Formats: sequence, structure tokens, C-alpha cells
Amino acid sequence: MSAEPLLAVRDLRVGFATEGGPLQAVDGVSFDLAAGEVLAIVGESGAGKSVAAQTIMGLSRSRNARIEGSVKLHGDELIDADDAVLRRLRGEQVAMIFQDPMTSFNPVYRVGAQIVEAIRAHRADVSKSEARARAVALLDSVGIPEAARRVDDYPHEFSGGMRQRAMIAMALALEPEVLIADEPTTALDVTIQAQILRLLGSLNRERGLATILITHDLGVVAEVADRVLVMYAGKVVEQGTLDEIFYDPQHPYTWGLLGSLTRLDRPRPKRLPQISGAPPSLLDLPQGCSFRPRCPHEFSKCPRTPPLEARLADAPDHRDRCWLTPEQKREKRQVGGQIGLEAPSA
Amino acid sequence: MRRFLANRVAMAFLGLFVLIVLFVLAAPLWANHVAHTGPNQTHTLEKLTIGGESRDVVNVEGQPIGPVWLDAGGKFFLGADSRLGRDEMVRLMYGGRTSLLIGVVAALITSFLAVILGLLAGYYRGWVDGLVSRALDVLWSIPVFMLGLALGISLAVGGLKLGPIEVSGGSLWIPILVIGVVSVPYMARPIRGQVLSLGEKEFVEAALAQGAGSLRVMFAELLPNLGSTIIVFFTLNIANNMLFEAGLSFLGAGVQSPNSSWGTMISTGVELLNTSPVLAIAPGAMILLVALSLNIVGDGLRDALDPRAKVRLEARTGTVEPEGTAV
Amino acid sequence: MARFILKRLAGTVAVLFAVSVVVFAVFNVIPNSPPAQRLAGKNANPRLVKSIEEEWGFDKPLPQQYLTMMKKTFNGELTSYEPRIPVDEQILEGIPATASLCIGAAVIWLFFGILFGYLAAVRAGGLLDRLLTGVAVAGISIPVFLLAPVLIYFLSYEIELFPSGGYVPLSEDPAQWAYHLILPWFTVAVLSIGFYSRVLRSNMLDAMDEDHVRTARAKGLGERQVMVRHVLRNSLIPIITLFGLDVGALIGGTAIITEKLFDINGVGAYAAGAVANSELPPIMGVTLYAAFFVVFFNALVDIAYAYLDPRVRLGTAAQ
Repeated sequence: MSAEPLLAVRDLRVGFATEGGPLQAVDGVSFDLAAGEVLAIVGESGAGKSVAAQTIMGLSRSRNARIEGSVKLHGDELIDADDAVLRRLRGEQVAMIFQDPMTSFNPVYRVGAQIVEAIRAHRADVSKSEARARAVALLDSVGIPEAARRVDDYPHEFSGGMRQRAMIAMALALEPEVLIADEPTTALDVTIQAQILRLLGSLNRERGLATILITHDLGVVAEVADRVLVMYAGKVVEQGTLDEIFYDPQHPYTWGLLGSLTRLDRPRPKRLPQISGAPPSLLDLPQGCSFRPRCPHEFSKCPRTPPLEARLADAPDHRDRCWLTPEQKREKRQVGGQIGLEAPSA
Repeated sequence: MRRFLANRVAMAFLGLFVLIVLFVLAAPLWANHVAHTGPNQTHTLEKLTIGGESRDVVNVEGQPIGPVWLDAGGKFFLGADSRLGRDEMVRLMYGGRTSLLIGVVAALITSFLAVILGLLAGYYRGWVDGLVSRALDVLWSIPVFMLGLALGISLAVGGLKLGPIEVSGGSLWIPILVIGVVSVPYMARPIRGQVLSLGEKEFVEAALAQGAGSLRVMFAELLPNLGSTIIVFFTLNIANNMLFEAGLSFLGAGVQSPNSSWGTMISTGVELLNTSPVLAIAPGAMILLVALSLNIVGDGLRDALDPRAKVRLEARTGTVEPEGTAV
Repeated sequence: MARFILKRLAGTVAVLFAVSVVVFAVFNVIPNSPPAQRLAGKNANPRLVKSIEEEWGFDKPLPQQYLTMMKKTFNGELTSYEPRIPVDEQILEGIPATASLCIGAAVIWLFFGILFGYLAAVRAGGLLDRLLTGVAVAGISIPVFLLAPVLIYFLSYEIELFPSGGYVPLSEDPAQWAYHLILPWFTVAVLSIGFYSRVLRSNMLDAMDEDHVRTARAKGLGERQVMVRHVLRNSLIPIITLFGLDVGALIGGTAIITEKLFDINGVGAYAAGAVANSELPPIMGVTLYAAFFVVFFNALVDIAYAYLDPRVRLGTAAQ
């Protein structure tokens, strides 16, 4: 008997009314997050990853947004929940950290004060000094040296990596069960990236903190993820365990992503491999499968209907959206001896 | 541009402004064919025939006649302006010409100087910027109105002589120059700021790398990018200038007699406020309408030319069609 | 921080010096007529003109003229010539009235400006916003010399709700003091309420898009808390600096027209009278006095800004 997933997202759809017309940012996304699991959401800019994540916490609600589907945390529906319910949930059960720690902190308040604010917003009975002590302990636990002194510093007095650690500390202040990290390392130096990822990894292991890690970098995924969700143009085009995605990828887009990774253990390719073309504008999606224009394996079925979700017989949690059969996929994904994607023929 | 045209409120007020301009341009027509009098002609001892009755233009106590409207065929439509018995309506139209003229010409001078200074300071930076900025700061430090008063009064008495330029004290050029120069910091600073930030952009470096000289860069590359800022500020500047001129003239440091403007008219009108309120309120209302129209049009232009403002408003309100005067 | 303050005050002195040179130039150098003639006023006789010439040293070189003028100003010897009253005495006498008018109006406009701007921003795009924006635009377009006469005519003459002017010192009768100042306060405040509410609205709309606001929501702060502590607080900084500058300028005597129309014997009215009689020494004095206040408040504002925005204080932010 499988345990009830911590977070269950079913057929999530988020659309916006814009000056250029209606736009579907998230188009039927479904996935589960188990307790203590690290789920990586991968995709290029505009794939809908951030919007989907923010919708979980209700942060994408606005007058020109249309949100449908189901998001259940511990079985409680969040999509149509009251603002008051969501407010309590944010920080206490689900926390989020963002890409740029410099702009994510308010520059005119001290870092410690901002952490204290987060604590007292949920626990009004905690005194200021208690909250402050907790803030110091939090900063210390994420590896910030001299936490007792630095708690009174302003955000711009921290270095990039330290700021991101402070953000993580603030996110953990109320001991949430789920941490959503939206491109937490993208704005940081490569060496600092590794540190932050290690921190996230250890938090996951030591506290059983379920994590949704959003990134466009598969290298980051390989470091920490248990399961992977690949998104393209608002849809989930493939999802599975880390091994399944890296060793048995089913979707051409995934092949392209994997093929464009530069690998130290392989000979250097003659040309830097990449997926040709660019992601489509969400205002003007191709008919049928959205990935069509960039896919060399397109055939007659592709333009007619958007692919339905298929699952592998022996791995029911490994799903993808592509009309090719598993045998065709296994054959076509081999390019020059490894997994990759060629350019489509003109 | 399209967005601006679709902004109904701004277009309405632009229409109003145009109407007012036509109104003052029609002054000679009205004066010659309807009122049969000029703006400075006095009619103190005359009588007016209204509906068979004969009434004094200025009665024995020195009280001018109130608005006659069309009862005398258009003469003294708004009544007489003071003991001098001049036609208020005719004066309103002619005075408007002066006010508008000063407002627009001063704005042209301000824009011209502000663009030059802003370009120089923002482009050359260094000591040029230091000098220009300090100078603007000093000018900025003296409350604009006091400075205008000081200059206005000094120059009104003796006129101006700066090298080859010689202007007499009573000329309209005095208020025009005073207002034009004093308003420069207001416009030069934002332009300088924009030039500074534009200068960081690649296209400037590219132009320089291609061997373009400084002048070329300033005028061919930077200036076009300033276009929208200049237009918006120019529009708003006209409104400010007219308010400024009215204030100066009201106190006596602006337009000097025999010239008159809406500001001078308010000054004489205020003395008769309790008995003939229309004399002060009419010119004041005209200034209000012009200032209001130009402010709304300027805002509309700013909205139309600033893509960010529109997008932001949309995301918040969910409206997709262009709307209102927003910021 | 102390070093910053010292530097700023030193800058103030430098600017004041430059301002005095400009004032000197405006009065004595630029115009085309003999300075002594202008100083003497409209009805001067030749003997008066001659004595002024000697007193001020107009036959001497310019730098010396400047020094003479400065000396006279600081020694309180600046007098108007008709009637013969020292300028500085008149200015000091006028300060209480001007201060009452300006500070009262300033408090009112700051309060309403922030209130309206906040409401307009929080309900952006809605009916309230459009209404407040309309009011604001009207406010900045109504000239004082239209508003004051209209108010006086309707609220004071037709319906005798308010007095038409005059000033009652606070020490004499606080109730009357306030009663007489209500219409003038409103007149002065209207323009600034319009301006400030628009600036705040604009700043807040910009601030709402910032990342740290998103973080605040993600932390679980209530909407009101987010708006006030994170959006408003960050948007107020430019408002406070503007406010300081405006109050400085206002105390400097730019409420001239209001003072004249409402018959308030402040510094502004003094200047207005001088303008009407073409008396230059009072105008010179008031201009210097006004500039002093503006420059001084400028420095105060810079210091306040450094306090409010820690990035500036620690010297790392670009302005």
C-alpha cells in the first residue's frame, strides 16, 4: 500500500489574460510529492515551472489569472482555499525561496528583523527576544559564521552565497514540510552553487524536508533529485525517477537536454550540441504537440493531436507525452553513440 | 502612438486645449465683429442699450457692469473689467494669447537649454557634469518663484542687457526669458539622468567604436531616445509655465502694462471680488482648464510612451483594453 | 554617519555662498539700469539715488560691490528705502505667521497625500483609484489665485462659514488662530496633496512588483502587513525627501500669493508688498532668506535619507 502523497497536484491549469491575448502558462500539470522527497522540475524559461510552483502557494492569484485543477496538501484542497488559509500555510507548511537573494530581501530592514517578522507572523505569542534567538540559531544552522553578529546586518552586507543561505534560514524558520526552491543557484557563482546544493541536500536528508527544486540545469538535478519533472510550454512532457530520466528517457526534449550536457567522461564533441530552435511563444503554440517544430522525429500523428500521457508497462510512475512507441524511442534517441537529439530536417 | 489615441480621456482634454487655443486666436474676430472694441479701449462714460433700457457701463460709484451675455449683441459679454470700463471678454481673449504665448515660448527655451545641458552633463560626465550639476543645484536652491520674482522685478524696471542682447523692461520677452531660464533645472535633471543611464547601454559604445564623434553620438544616438521624455516634459512644462506666469503677473513681476495676461486680469479682478466675482474667476478658470488639459495630455503621453506602466497596470487589474489616465 | 553630516553641512555653506553670488548678480549685474536707481525704488529723488550709490559702492569694482552687499546683509543694515525699515526685522516679524501657515498646511498635505496615494495604489485600476487620480490631477492644476478667490467668495462672502483672512497669533487665541487658517491651509495643501498622492501611488505600484514583496507574501504575511511594512515603507523614502524640500521652499516664502490673498502678515505678504512697490532691498533679503531655508532643508533631507535607506548610509548604493 503506497502512502498518501504529501502534495498531490492534478491537472493544474493556470491561464492569464494579457494584452496579446489569453495565455496558458500551465496546461494540465499533474504530479505527486512524497514526504522527504526531492523533486526537480526542469525546463527552459517560460516553460511554466515557476508559475506552477507559485500556484501551489496561491501566489499566482490575481484578477487576470484563471486557476483550475487540484492541489492537495495532506488531502486538503488549496486551489479554492480562503486567503486566510493560504496565508497560514505559507511559511508554516510550505516555504519558498527565490532566484535572486539580493532583491528577495527587503533592503531597508535588517536580515534578523525579517526572519523575526516571519516567525511572529505565525506565532504571535513568541516574544521578540525569543524570535531573535531563534533567528540566530537558524542562521547558524545554515552555515553562516558569527551568526549572533550578522543577524543585525542588512542584506547588502552579505555576500551572494551567504544571502541565499539566510533566505533558506528564513524559509525554515517555522519548520515547514515542503520547501520550494525556484532556481536557487542560478544567480550564484559555480562554486557557491555547489555549496548551496549541498546545503539543500543535507536539509532534505537530516530533516526529511520535501523539496521541489526548480531549475533549467540538469547538472543541478543530478546532484540532489530523487525524481524529475520535465516541463515544456506549460505541460509536463516527462516525469520519472532520476535514474529513469537519465538512463531511459522517453521524450525527445529530454534527449535534447541530456545530449546538450557537456560531459567530462566522454570525448569532446565536434560541435556544442544543443536543441535547435527556441521555445514557442505561449500566445501562439503549434498545433498538436508543442515540441513539434524542434523535433526531428515528427510524424503524421504529431500535428493532429497533442500527445496524451503514456506510461511504461514496467514502470507506471515513469510517464511521458510522445506519440512514438517505446521501441521507436529507444532507437531514435541514440545519436552518435549516446543519448541526444539531432536538428529537425528543414 | 496608437495607445495614446485610444486614451479617451486624454484625447478629450487635448480637444479642449485645442478649443481654447482657437478661442484665443479668434480674439481679433470677436473684437472687430462682435464687441466692436479693443482690449485696451476704455468706455467709462458710455452707456449701453439693453432691451430698450440704457445702462451705464461704469456706474457713478465706479462699479463696472456685470455680464451682459448676448443682450447687447455680444458687447460686454462678460461685463466690464473695472473702473476703466474695458470689455472683459475681449480682454480675456487677448490676455489668453499673451499667456499662451509666454507659456509655449518659455517651454521651448526651457526644453532647448535643458536638453543641451542634460546631454552635455550626462555624456561628458566628469567635471562638465560636476559644473552643470552644481550650477543647476544652486539655481534649484532658490525657490523658483522667488527667483522669478527677483528677476522679474529687476528686469522690469530697467530691461536686460547681456552682450548683444538688449531687451526693454516692458517687453514680453522679459517674462518669457525669466520663466524659460528658471524652469531649466526642473527639466534638465531628469534628462541628465536619462542620458547617464542611456550612456551605459551598448549602442553608445558601438557608435563610438565605429568612429562617431561626440556630437554625432549626442544628437544622432542619444537625442532620439530622449524623445518621449522631452515631449512629456515639454507638455507639462507649458502648463507649469502658464501657472508661473500667472503668479508672477498677479504680483506685478511678470507681464507689465500696457500688456495684459490672464494673470494680470486676476490681479485687477480680485479687487472687485465681492461685487463682480466673474472678473477674477473667468481668467482663473481659463488657466485651470489649460493647465488641467495639458497635465492630462502629458500624463496620457507618458503612459502611452512608457511600456512598463501599461503592463504593470494590466497585471494588477486584469484589464486588457487601453484605459484611463492611470499614473 | 557623523562624517556624512559634516560633509553635507560643509556643502551647504558652499551652496549658500554660490546662491548669494547669484542673488547679487540678479539684482546688480544683469539688469540694464543703474543699480542705485533700482534700489531707490519708483519714487526716488536724485539725492537719495546718489547717497545709495555711495553707501553701496556702485562705482567700485564688482567683487567689492558684492562684499559690501554681503556685509550689509549680515549686519542687518539692509533696509528698504521707502519706508525706512530694516529688512531683517520685517522678515523676523513675519515668520510666525508664515510658519503657522506652512507647517499647518504641510502636516495636512502629508497626511492626506499619503492616505490618498496609498488607497489609490492598493485599489489600483478601480473606481476609487480613478476618482482619487482625478482629484489629484485637478489639485495640481488649480492655481492658488483661482482657488483662493473662489473659496473666499463662496465660503466667506456668500455663506459666511469662514473668515476671509487675517491672522490671529497662536498665543493670543488658539481657536481663532486655527479658524482663520483653515481656508489658507486648504488652499496651500490642495496642490501638494495632488502631487504627493500621485508620486506615492506611482512609487507603490513600482514597489509592488519587487521581489521582496513576493517574499513577504511567501512568508505568510497578511496583505495589509505586506502593503504597509514592505510596499509603503520602501515607497515613503522619496516622499519624505520631497516633503523636506517642499517645506523648506514653502517656509522660504513661496506662499506669497496665499498670504496676500488671505491677508496674512507673513514673510510672503511682505515680499508681495515689496514687489508691488518695486522695492528691491526687501526682495533681495527675502530671496536670501528663502534660499537659506531651502538649502538648509536640503541638507536635512539628505541626512534623513541616509538614515532611512541603509544602503546610502553605508556608502554602497548608487543614487
